[in-house]
Amino acid sequence: MNRFLIPFGLFVVVVGFLAVGLTLNPRELPSPLVGKAAPEFSLPQLHDQGKTISSNDLKGKVWLLNFWASWCGGCKDEHPVLIHLAQSGVVPIYGMDYKDQRNEALAWLKEWGNPYSVVAVDEPGRVGINYGVYGVPETYVIDKAGVIRYKQIGPLREDILEKKILPLVRELQNQ
Amino acid sequence: MTPRQKRFVLIGLGLVALAVASMLVLNAFQSNLVFFFTPTQVANAEVPTGRGFRIGGMVENSSLTREGDGLTVHFVVTDMAKRVPVTFKGILPDLFKEGKGVVAQGQLGADGTFIASEVLAKHDENYMPPEAADALAKAKAAGAQSSNTLIVNPR
Amino acid sequence: MIPEIGHYALILALCVAVVQGSLPIYGAAVGNSALMAVAKPAARGQFLLVLLAFCCLGYAFAEKDFSVLYVAATSNSQLPLQYRLAAIWGAHEGSLLLWMFILSIWMVAVSFFSTHLPEAMRARILGVMGLVSVGFLLFMLTVSNPFERLIPAALDGRDLNPLLQDPGMVIHPPMLYMGYVGFSVAFAFAIAALLGGNLDAAWARWSRPWTTVAWCFLTVGVAMGSGWAYYELGWGGWWFWDPVENASFMPWLAGTALMHSLAVTDKRGGFKAWSVLLAIMAFSLSLLGTFLVRSGVLTSVHAFATDPKRGLFILVFLAVVIGGSLVLYAWRAPRVGLGGGFAIISREGMLLANNVLLIAALGSVLLGTLYPLFLDALDLGKISVGPPYFDTVFLPLMTPAIFLMGIGPLAQWKQASLPALAIRLRWAFGVSLVTAVAVPWLMGQWTPLISLGLLLAFWILATILVDLRERLLQAEGGSIGGRVVALPHAYWGMVLAHCGVAVFILGVTMVKGFEVERDVRMNVGETATLGGYSFRFDGTQQVNGPNYVAARGTFHVSRDGHEVTMMYPEKRRYFVQNQTMTEAAISPGLLRDLYVSLGEPIEGGAWSVRLYHKPFIDWIWGGCLVMALGGVLAVSDRRYRLAWRRKEAAVPAATQMARPTVS
Repeated sequence: MNRFLIPFGLFVVVVGFLAVGLTLNPRELPSPLVGKAAPEFSLPQLHDQGKTISSNDLKGKVWLLNFWASWCGGCKDEHPVLIHLAQSGVVPIYGMDYKDQRNEALAWLKEWGNPYSVVAVDEPGRVGINYGVYGVPETYVIDKAGVIRYKQIGPLREDILEKKILPLVRELQNQ
Repeated sequence: MTPRQKRFVLIGLGLVALAVASMLVLNAFQSNLVFFFTPTQVANAEVPTGRGFRIGGMVENSSLTREGDGLTVHFVVTDMAKRVPVTFKGILPDLFKEGKGVVAQGQLGADGTFIASEVLAKHDENYMPPEAADALAKAKAAGAQSSNTLIVNPR
Repeated sequence: MIPEIGHYALILALCVAVVQGSLPIYGAAVGNSALMAVAKPAARGQFLLVLLAFCCLGYAFAEKDFSVLYVAATSNSQLPLQYRLAAIWGAHEGSLLLWMFILSIWMVAVSFFSTHLPEAMRARILGVMGLVSVGFLLFMLTVSNPFERLIPAALDGRDLNPLLQDPGMVIHPPMLYMGYVGFSVAFAFAIAALLGGNLDAAWARWSRPWTTVAWCFLTVGVAMGSGWAYYELGWGGWWFWDPVENASFMPWLAGTALMHSLAVTDKRGGFKAWSVLLAIMAFSLSLLGTFLVRSGVLTSVHAFATDPKRGLFILVFLAVVIGGSLVLYAWRAPRVGLGGGFAIISREGMLLANNVLLIAALGSVLLGTLYPLFLDALDLGKISVGPPYFDTVFLPLMTPAIFLMGIGPLAQWKQASLPALAIRLRWAFGVSLVTAVAVPWLMGQWTPLISLGLLLAFWILATILVDLRERLLQAEGGSIGGRVVALPHAYWGMVLAHCGVAVFILGVTMVKGFEVERDVRMNVGETATLGGYSFRFDGTQQVNGPNYVAARGTFHVSRDGHEVTMMYPEKRRYFVQNQTMTEAAISPGLLRDLYVSLGEPIEGGAWSVRLYHKPFIDWIWGGCLVMALGGVLAVSDRRYRLAWRRKEAAVPAATQMARPTVS
């Protein structure tokens, strides 16, 4: 055997592990829900406690579901992006106020602006568990049939919006 | 010595060096690997006693309290399924925030409180250390299977 | 318009690189001078194109052109100009452009300083470097284009990470990359020699200065990274064994081994195959570092944002470049043959042992860095390998290496006598042993580790003195001054670099042994004492920076009633990313640093505060600087200047051997 081949052999092993490592990207946790029906919910609204908002009301249109909270730093990062998107009117954004205090959430929206068509209150976080929320913020694209088409973990950015979400939304709207 | 003998001696020395190095490595691995556990594993008593480990998850909202000395802090790390109270004396890192991911290293005290010797909130473009994200994902998978509402497979 | 020019320049550079990577190598294989002659102008042309692209990106940052995605992502209108320019390499895409720019600088340097090389050799070297740059340009143009537009333009940028808004950031990455990429020259020399089948002493002599220069840059770069962590992270630590730090340290270890092995190849013709392997290794580890930082397979303090597509590209690139060179090595190296024989106790023997130890240390660092990945890949659980692992493995491996470092320079080539060496070095050993025991005892704290560290440091210094004395006595030139001048620069370079190691070890030992730290709660007007110094906290006030607002604390530091200094640590909040940053105050000194960082505010104007007294810490970086200076001195040696002046092919090895030289 050629002993000069040993370094190459070792290298092949390392590359093998690195390749496996790539597939295990520790930051990207694929959502098992993409392609499945969005879990149903029916929750009180933030601005009008008397009314409820239900996922069934939204069937027939493409919408975004955004989990956020007033205590969440990442939500403030993405907030200008959401406001911008809401102003464009391309797609309605429904907010899910996740494990939050009502008055703090209201104050937060008053201060930074409200991009949401309606905000639902998920105070115990039960809907969050059904959706498999790792942490807030998270954003879901849901199609006319109520199927989750895309999941964004972490703050939205303009480039993600431009490259992934908006093209997807347009495609779904045209279906 | 003939060149042949010399070569054997050299190879022998090389092997000894290799053996010593691997012994050191193995020994160090045995005593210094820090394993990583989730709050659920802590609650199920799957963690080692008497030696340090890391736990990860999210800092529960409004769980951070500070003792009168201004240095000792208490907070709760959760993976959304189970909660572990943590005590830490020292200065928290800049990126430590309630509702954000955290990794703490230390030992489990007798009363079930995790005594942290180090709190890491790593600088990360994303919002959560991957170990913490993994812990949350695992807990969710377990929780989801038990409640049978959905099948979640984090990986 | 300007960003598009930059983009076109990169595309053109890719075309030039393809030409540079193919025609000269083919020309060298078939002996066609015209084809080989393409290499030089191609390298220079490529440099100009990449320079143009670099300037375009710099212009976009200076002019706050937020229609460029990369600019919008890493800078902000409030960001001061120097940091906007440093933001060029503040994230993935731009730092790749910096990588490429530096590669082209090295190519131009090779094209200018290689006139003494045989034509085919030069063509092959530049060709191999051209192939490397093809890979990087493709990478940039396909998945990480820094000139990508953002339409519509952002109103303002997302800002540079506040951690990176620091003067060190302006200079640290270019230094580090000069080192990383510099090893591509040694790599290209090695591959060219393998291709041409002329692995001889001349090859080693040509690649030695290039290796040394790259090593100097890398030394400074790694040291600066460590210094940055020390004052910017606010934790007082200077080395964390973080994967990214390891990624820069591993090529350094390989480069150090390579320099020493090349010395043997140059002087004695031995270790040829080994030197080639080390040259491939040093550059491979630089590439691996690039991969680890950018692919997200490992997480670390300063990993870039990740994208699996990029990770895949680098992995494939890595596999092609390193795999290809290792196959070439396995094919060609068996023909190289062994150099002159040597006894086990000889300078060759010592250098070999030193190399084995360095590579063993390198292997253990590599294993520790990749081990979490291995376990994760085999689904055996998530772990982290912390500093204790590296400390317990690294120290025992480096101790004998440092010990040999003292003996090696005194041993004769080929065959040395152990008893004679022992007699020459007995005083050095005695003196260093006594000092190592006495100093900690005098300082009132003795631990085995402190003594070991001091023993190694003083051992290096004492053996250098013995060696210096012997050489000066033998040297010609009459007066002491004349004799000093008569010894070659290469020798003085080695002495200086080894002294740097001693200084470094002293620093590490003293800091590890004698540092003290305290976390305290301090009310306004309260005093805390540490290491003989009294720190009085005079409260905080609000200070406005260009893009942040800070609470700035005021500390009066005094010793025995005399005021020593004032210190102003800050807790900053950067507006754009709403991120808090601890800005420690450091009062540096030759013998100690004082270090104060603010924790959090507690009610009534009180703060939690962290205080450190760190003796000799600046010696750590001072030692690295001295090492690098040693390298610079070695490169200025007369024989290299002679070689460059000579237009003709290499000096016959025999004439070189006759000159009194040292490694």
